[in-house]
Amino acid sequence: MEHKFIIKITSLVAKYGKYTVLDKISFTVMPGEIFMIVGGSGCGKTTLLNHIVGLLPPDAGDIIIDGKSIVHAAERERLAILREVGVLYQSGALFGSMNLLQNVQFPLEELTNLPDQAIREIANNKLDMVGLSDFKDYMPAEVSGGMLKRAAIARAMALDPKILFLDEPSSGLDPIIAAELDKLIENLSQTLGITFVIVSHNLASIFKIATRVILLDQGKIVAIGSPQQLSGNADPFVRKFFNRELVT
Amino acid sequence: MTFQIDDSDQEKLKLVFSGRLDIDTVAKLWDSCQLTLSKYQPHILVLDLKAIDYCDGAGIALIQNLQKQQKQLHKTCIVKELKPEFQHLIDFIEHQPHQNSVQHEFTSNLSEQLGQIAVDVVQDISDNLIFLGILAYQSMLVLFNPKRIRWKDFWRFVDITGPKAFPIVALTGFLIGLISTFQAAPSFQMFGAEIFMVNLVGLGLTREMGPLLVAVLLAGRTASSFAAEIGTMKINQEIDALSTMGINPIRFLVVPRIMATLLVTPALEAFFILFGLLGSFVVMSYLGFTLDAFLTQLHQAVKVKDCLGGLVKIFIFGWVIAGVGCLHGIKTRFGAQAVGVSTTQAVVSSLIMLVIVDGIFAVVYYVLQV
Repeated sequence: MEHKFIIKITSLVAKYGKYTVLDKISFTVMPGEIFMIVGGSGCGKTTLLNHIVGLLPPDAGDIIIDGKSIVHAAERERLAILREVGVLYQSGALFGSMNLLQNVQFPLEELTNLPDQAIREIANNKLDMVGLSDFKDYMPAEVSGGMLKRAAIARAMALDPKILFLDEPSSGLDPIIAAELDKLIENLSQTLGITFVIVSHNLASIFKIATRVILLDQGKIVAIGSPQQLSGNADPFVRKFFNRELVT
Repeated sequence: MTFQIDDSDQEKLKLVFSGRLDIDTVAKLWDSCQLTLSKYQPHILVLDLKAIDYCDGAGIALIQNLQKQQKQLHKTCIVKELKPEFQHLIDFIEHQPHQNSVQHEFTSNLSEQLGQIAVDVVQDISDNLIFLGILAYQSMLVLFNPKRIRWKDFWRFVDITGPKAFPIVALTGFLIGLISTFQAAPSFQMFGAEIFMVNLVGLGLTREMGPLLVAVLLAGRTASSFAAEIGTMKINQEIDALSTMGINPIRFLVVPRIMATLLVTPALEAFFILFGLLGSFVVMSYLGFTLDAFLTQLHQAVKVKDCLGGLVKIFIFGWVIAGVGCLHGIKTRFGAQAVGVSTTQAVVSSLIMLVIVDGIFAVVYYVLQV
């Protein structure tokens, strides 16, 4: 069955205790898009991402990934859905006890029956793709923030996922390294056709690489469209967010 | 900095400040101002600031505090002749846009608080039972399919829990054997029954002290290390990363640690007993007993069932300690402080669990006449 969209979120509601973090969020992501979720600090971006990747169960609504609901899936089906996605966490979340190569090899060792030599080859290729082939023996604590993020992307790509979720990929990076990371994301999207869903509030990245953007405020989507459309939006909050003006 | 009180008007109290109103002078002035205010309780408080040369954040805080106190009592506070540059500071603080708190505070009465505590306790028990269930299931999967365990990690944990704990276990065992024999010596000598100290130490070490003290050492060393290691992984989002890769964190993080602990605890107990007996023999030889006499008496006193009883105990203790340590690691919340809390809780909970389990063993062994 053909699906036009690769991700479809329908009326997603998420609560922390009595406080509603996400209030009836609905949107779709098309294959191959670089889709960005933006908004001020504490508006629910990371919570939304954690729901999409199945870390948190929603209070209501549905999340369809590649035609299958991750909310209603049984454990086996959920694991199959997760095979199609890779996630880059804000901190990189590389395993501190393994070097970069072992980190990339890890999902291949755990989730496939590939022989060791093939696993090593694939992991080396992934590190090559992110420009870290010379650092494969380094431990996560021994590399810079930008390298750590790139290694985490390599690990997230280990199983050739259709979708990569990136949580604040450029946080804590200087503008040059952040721009390099943007370039890498763009290259991966164009060459491998990976769909990216990126949580960010880095305006430079948004304007440079995003195909479409949703802007969240107080748990609701206040605008959706291309970055250029949103910067010219009539809504004062949207316009100010994208033009970096003060909200009064 | 000077501060004068003008109370010539009954309705009005005037505080005249001059000089610098900064962090050093305010520290000295603060209590005097509060005392003056509570003593006079004026309807109108006038703060005469004409002679102020300098005012920083502390000075502003003092002015604002006096204003706030008057306002709370529905009385008036007049700030007089503050220089524009200092007035600008007050305006800047008061007119900053305030971000609304995301979390709403809910006030609750005592019954609601008690209810919440009950819900938390039930939730905690339920979490622990779920954890045990998943752990049992994942352990079974690993037992039936040993390929599912990462052997590299398993041997690392064996090394951390076993060989690296050996020196402390050996030293403690030696000293416990030595001290307990020394302590018992005067009483046994009164009856000329020194040789029976071997029975005391031998049985004590195999049945009770060996398993319990090795378990206490493990609670301090291993449970805390497991909780801290897993807790740090939790706050670094490494456990989230495992979950989104479709890898069960309990299988990956907990099962190898528990299996490693189960493997090494009997060996540690054996070392503890061995060194305990060595310590005991040092005292016995000082009292004139030969190694042959010591071993013969030990052989008569300690039966295989005593050793097996201790072995079963340490096996269960090891399982409890490793399980509790890992559980507290997994339950770590957010921030570096949470890792410290988890580590402490892991040790405290392990010790409490040890005492409870040891009590159950005492009853069971008594009933079974082991």
